[in-house]
Amino acid sequence: MSEPLLIFTDRGICCPAGGFYIDPWRPVERAVITHGHADHARPGHSSYLATENAAPVMRHRLGDIRLETARYAEQRRIGDVTVSFHPAGHVPGSAQVRVERAGEVWVVSGDYKTADDGFCEPWEPVRCHAFVTECTFGLPVFKWRPQAEVVADLHAWWRANALDGRFSVIGAYALGKAQRVLAALNSSAGPILTHGAVEATNEVARAQGLPLPPTVRVTPETDLKAYPGALVVAPPSALGSPWMRRFGPASTGFASGWMALRGIRRRRAADRGFVLSDHADWDGLNAAIAATGAERVFVTHGYTQIFCRWLSEQGYDAAIVETEYEGESLDAPAEEEAA
Amino acid sequence: MKRFADLFSRLDQTTRTNAKVEALATYFAEAPESDRLWTIALLSHRRPKRTVTTTRLREWAAERANVPLWLFEEAYPIVGDLAETIALILPDPSQDSDLPLTHWIGEVRALAALDETARKARVLAAWDRLDRTERFLFNKLITGGFRMGVSQKLMTRALSRATGVPEPDLAHRLMGDWTPESTSYEGLILTPDPSADLSKPYPFYLAYQLDEGPEALGDPALWAAERKWDGIRGQLILRGAEHHLWSRGEDLMTDRFPELARLIDFVPQGTVMDGEVLAFRDDAPLTFNALQKRIGRKTVPKKLLAEAPVILMAYDLLEWEGEDIRAAPYAERRATLESLVRPLPAEAPIRLSPLVDFDGWDRLAAERERSRELCAEGVMLKRLDSPYRDGRRKGDWWKWKVDPLTVDAVMVYAQQGAGRRANLFTDFTFAVWSGGDLVPFTKAYSGLTDEEFRRITSWVRRNTLERYGPVRAVKPEHVFEIAFEGIQESTRHKSGVALRFPRMARWRHDKPPGEANTLEDLRAMLAAYG
Repeated sequence: MSEPLLIFTDRGICCPAGGFYIDPWRPVERAVITHGHADHARPGHSSYLATENAAPVMRHRLGDIRLETARYAEQRRIGDVTVSFHPAGHVPGSAQVRVERAGEVWVVSGDYKTADDGFCEPWEPVRCHAFVTECTFGLPVFKWRPQAEVVADLHAWWRANALDGRFSVIGAYALGKAQRVLAALNSSAGPILTHGAVEATNEVARAQGLPLPPTVRVTPETDLKAYPGALVVAPPSALGSPWMRRFGPASTGFASGWMALRGIRRRRAADRGFVLSDHADWDGLNAAIAATGAERVFVTHGYTQIFCRWLSEQGYDAAIVETEYEGESLDAPAEEEAA
Repeated sequence: MKRFADLFSRLDQTTRTNAKVEALATYFAEAPESDRLWTIALLSHRRPKRTVTTTRLREWAAERANVPLWLFEEAYPIVGDLAETIALILPDPSQDSDLPLTHWIGEVRALAALDETARKARVLAAWDRLDRTERFLFNKLITGGFRMGVSQKLMTRALSRATGVPEPDLAHRLMGDWTPESTSYEGLILTPDPSADLSKPYPFYLAYQLDEGPEALGDPALWAAERKWDGIRGQLILRGAEHHLWSRGEDLMTDRFPELARLIDFVPQGTVMDGEVLAFRDDAPLTFNALQKRIGRKTVPKKLLAEAPVILMAYDLLEWEGEDIRAAPYAERRATLESLVRPLPAEAPIRLSPLVDFDGWDRLAAERERSRELCAEGVMLKRLDSPYRDGRRKGDWWKWKVDPLTVDAVMVYAQQGAGRRANLFTDFTFAVWSGGDLVPFTKAYSGLTDEEFRRITSWVRRNTLERYGPVRAVKPEHVFEIAFEGIQESTRHKSGVALRFPRMARWRHDKPPGEANTLEDLRAMLAAYG
């Protein structure tokens, strides 16, 4: 029997027959990258392969790297295997990596979300024999409401604060989530201000043609009186920091899947939690796995032990894989904060 | 339920006190009277009797959600709240309803008379007619432990705004042994009859911690000082040939401390005293460890009564000869209390909490240092001209506790938190050195900032040596200063000691693990303070 198509090593997910790693966390020769977040696209590899749409953010984060790009569904021959990218619906450019050798297909999902957010390329199921999945929100208590309802709540909150003469400050992960929120807003509702870390990613997104509403970057010189009742989009860590003082008694909220849990929202002492995640919820994970037709499922990060047991009881040949992926965090790595 | 759910959401969605008071005041002005009364009851920790076990609730919810029970049980500690776990896991309701809060409380109470099959049907029907927030609240009505982020003080303020009744009067009216079944909104809040409830306690006056020194309090001659006793705060009520003992949390403790019944023979009726219930023998207080054995026991075995007999260490007089004297100055109340307690024989289970003699703040500081040897936690400062107020209020009473005991210990195990802290590592086990080994001796959960919890969480993820279920053994690399209030011998712990109120006082980035304290250091503390 030949070696498995993918093996799990302490450097990352490895394809020996192709001579590459998928989202490795230690430096390798050849890295195939699902998307540009820091726990998946790390510095230090000799060469990178990613989707065209993931490339701008990766270059922005990692600088001058040797990066090759591919379109979705474009088939590449690497060593003895065929590799292709398929939309993961997580952030713009995010992909599932399909690896095929002699009719055997494995798919590494990276991070993914099954609901269409109207902003990034919608997730597509990919038939495979073995599926490597995240399970950040792999518990049946996580069930997302439709984005339109959450965004309607967000507008109502913004409007009420504006009538009170207060700013509305929303904490959203600077790389992806913030842009998704911005793209979903009705920009005629009022002025939108951004924190520098968010605006830096906005610039990258606009340069690659993603539709974002007009925003104004907040600097020490910004005359905030000119933007009464504005919505301010900032990275989560900026809330509660001295940066917030300029807005006076603002109302605060976070946009994250974790906001589904009352306790976490209360710990962050935000007024409002908007349950918006770039990861699949319980039903999404289960539907996605079923849609692949896979018999073998490897779970990488999230509630792995629980989710793996659940999958085994559903008849899958499931196993846990130790990785260094982090899933959805309210707290961006320092790297992004500084940007 | 929609009005109540809306109130809950409005309270839950703001951290601003004014917005909370406003939301409550509006509710108290507009909701039906029976809903108002139940809301007051729930916010002062009175709830309908539990009519369904949580075991059944879990089973029914898992079944309705079509997930195995083990999966429900795994999700529960991560959510951290049973009512919330159920509300989240159930499918969306198929029907809409808008019945008042009182109706749903009626539903909960009606369950008591039903058999299990009928109970299940009623609960499932309710779940199917309530949205997520309403369902969460309905579950809370069943399971209890209602917390809405509103203190009793804040609720009282809102009620005062809605009714025009002054806050201190309301605070008093809301005390004691009432339930929504035994009274009405009118009778409790608007036109109360003071003789209707002889056991009704006064609101406790609570002191703030003095963080700096007492120098800022000005002239020492304006202040009295007492020991801060390490027992259980209690309000003793003698009225109508009965006695009642209330805890600060408004629990009746009368039956737990039967020896205080004898006070009826020594103290006249129409007397209410504030003091500390202390284990006390041979004319000296015993350590809190002795009293601890009696906490939580509703009936006390004879042996324990003999080993750890209690007294009331009295320090204030609130009612005298049937009159509420809380408005009188402390000095005057104290003088009356002294004239009452001084002449009593030693067999009476009561002592007068002595005044600490001091002529300047330096002298008081020196007295405070003696606290541990006297089984006290520090000193109390009370302004001589102050009335007995209600609730925690700054200015007239201060507690000045002794500094906690501390050891430097190495973090060896970490576990994720629940509820508010579900995706962070917050529960840690610490060890001290014994020869070349690290011996675990305590857990601690609190004391770090959110930022520090985030940093240690990220570190734990990268430095896990082994996993035992939810517990991770981590590299013994980080030293923390563990603060605690007391230490006692323990046969249940490998280290042989158990700590009281351990918490992380500081993350000692400056200390390598080799310089942490040793088991011998702990044993020396046990010998000195145990």
